[in-house]
Amino acid sequence: MTIPPPLGLLAELTHRCPLRCPYCSNPLELARLAAELDTATWLRIFREAAELGVLQLHLSGGEPALRRDLPELIRGAAAAGLYTNLITSAVTLDAARVTALAEAGLDHVQISFQDADPSSADRIGGYAGGHAKKLIAAAAIRVAGLPLTLNAVVHRQNLERLPEMIELALALGARRMEVAHVQYYGWALANRDALLPTRAQLDAATATVDAARARLKGQLTIDYVVPDYHAARPKACMGGWARSVMVIAPSGRALPCHAAESLPGFDFPNARIQSLQDIWTNSEAFNRYRGTAWMTGPCAGCPNAEIDFGGCRCQAFALTGNASNTDPACALSPHHALLADALETATQPHFTYREPGRAPGG
Amino acid sequence: MSLTEASAPRLARGYRLRRDAARDRMVVLGPERVFEADETALAILALIDGERSVAEIIDALAAQYAAPRSEIAGDVLEMLADLAERGVIAP
Ligand code: SF4
Ligand code: SF4
Repeated sequence: MTIPPPLGLLAELTHRCPLRCPYCSNPLELARLAAELDTATWLRIFREAAELGVLQLHLSGGEPALRRDLPELIRGAAAAGLYTNLITSAVTLDAARVTALAEAGLDHVQISFQDADPSSADRIGGYAGGHAKKLIAAAAIRVAGLPLTLNAVVHRQNLERLPEMIELALALGARRMEVAHVQYYGWALANRDALLPTRAQLDAATATVDAARARLKGQLTIDYVVPDYHAARPKACMGGWARSVMVIAPSGRALPCHAAESLPGFDFPNARIQSLQDIWTNSEAFNRYRGTAWMTGPCAGCPNAEIDFGGCRCQAFALTGNASNTDPACALSPHHALLADALETATQPHFTYREPGRAPGG
Repeated sequence: MSLTEASAPRLARGYRLRRDAARDRMVVLGPERVFEADETALAILALIDGERSVAEIIDALAAQYAAPRSEIAGDVLEMLADLAERGVIAP
């Protein structure tokens, strides 16, 4: 049986970031500057990805704009035929830099916003003046004619301002918006008690999105997914393990999911020394949870197995201690009650910022 | 914003039509999305360049497929309106 090639490559160019979001999806152990891949290696990876069948490249981090070679990386990716999408906090992007990226062939920019209210946004991101810098960057992106997606990461401490975040997307000229609920592993799991939304908040948010979608048809597309803690079925994490996306971490480690480094007992292959084709097709790590053959418990034989692929391996491990279990977000999981219990106890007002060398909760 | 036979649509910024060699098909790539372009969509998308009007596109396709103009016009307008609503083309 031949394995269909990935459609997307998520390149985490660096773990460095000026912000300190308490829900950051980077691993607890952040890669240092010295461990990062050099320009030539990234360019080789991009060419290999295009040959393998990847169509879209997502340049992410950390903060990818901290890489001085970013224009060169974009130029190389575009030359390889890849669609390039920059996923950025935008606090370091000024007009000159945006112009350089556009000229290098960048196709699309996604800026994450921590809130619509500047002081709350700066508090959540742990970076004074960050929100104002994002507004300047977004204006420069508009001037450069680059299409913009506004990514709003939502949780208990900002959900009530979702209507203002939608207004912000419109004001900045974004054509697309992602309303992304925090996913709880790594830093976010450690801060879960301070971030989990209430049922009432969630219902209000869903109603807000529904109304905005109807009102803004043809003007703003809104992507929105109900968060796991309030759902009865899990999401197909990454569209299924090793099915459509490959992630390359800053040090070259290849992962089927950006949180996979949280899983024990894996020897993830490294793109420094192994080809993407070989990693995708032959590595034990990519094959371990590919498809449905690995499933046990309620997933094995479930009619939804090919739809959600049993949910998220990282969430299964984080909450049940076994990555092979059904994601507890599924109501059929024997561990499903863990999510309801977490909602009950989520009343903490304070969170811990992500910082290199800092243990969450410490 | 609304699309008529006088409009001269183009692919919106951030969208690209290209060949997907690994899967032997044509695709439209956009922000976080990949659309497979079927034969009909491809015939229409190939003519969209920001200068040709919808009326000219319909004429060209009616000639190409030797079909009544009124029939082609309905299909083309419907598809373009759908693409415009999804933000893939700018009218
Ligand atoms: S989530 Fe926040 S801290 Fe983490 S990379 Fe993004 S902007 Fe930086
Ligand atoms: S039992 Fe497994 S496959 Fe079935 S819905 Fe739940 S997570 Fe999905």
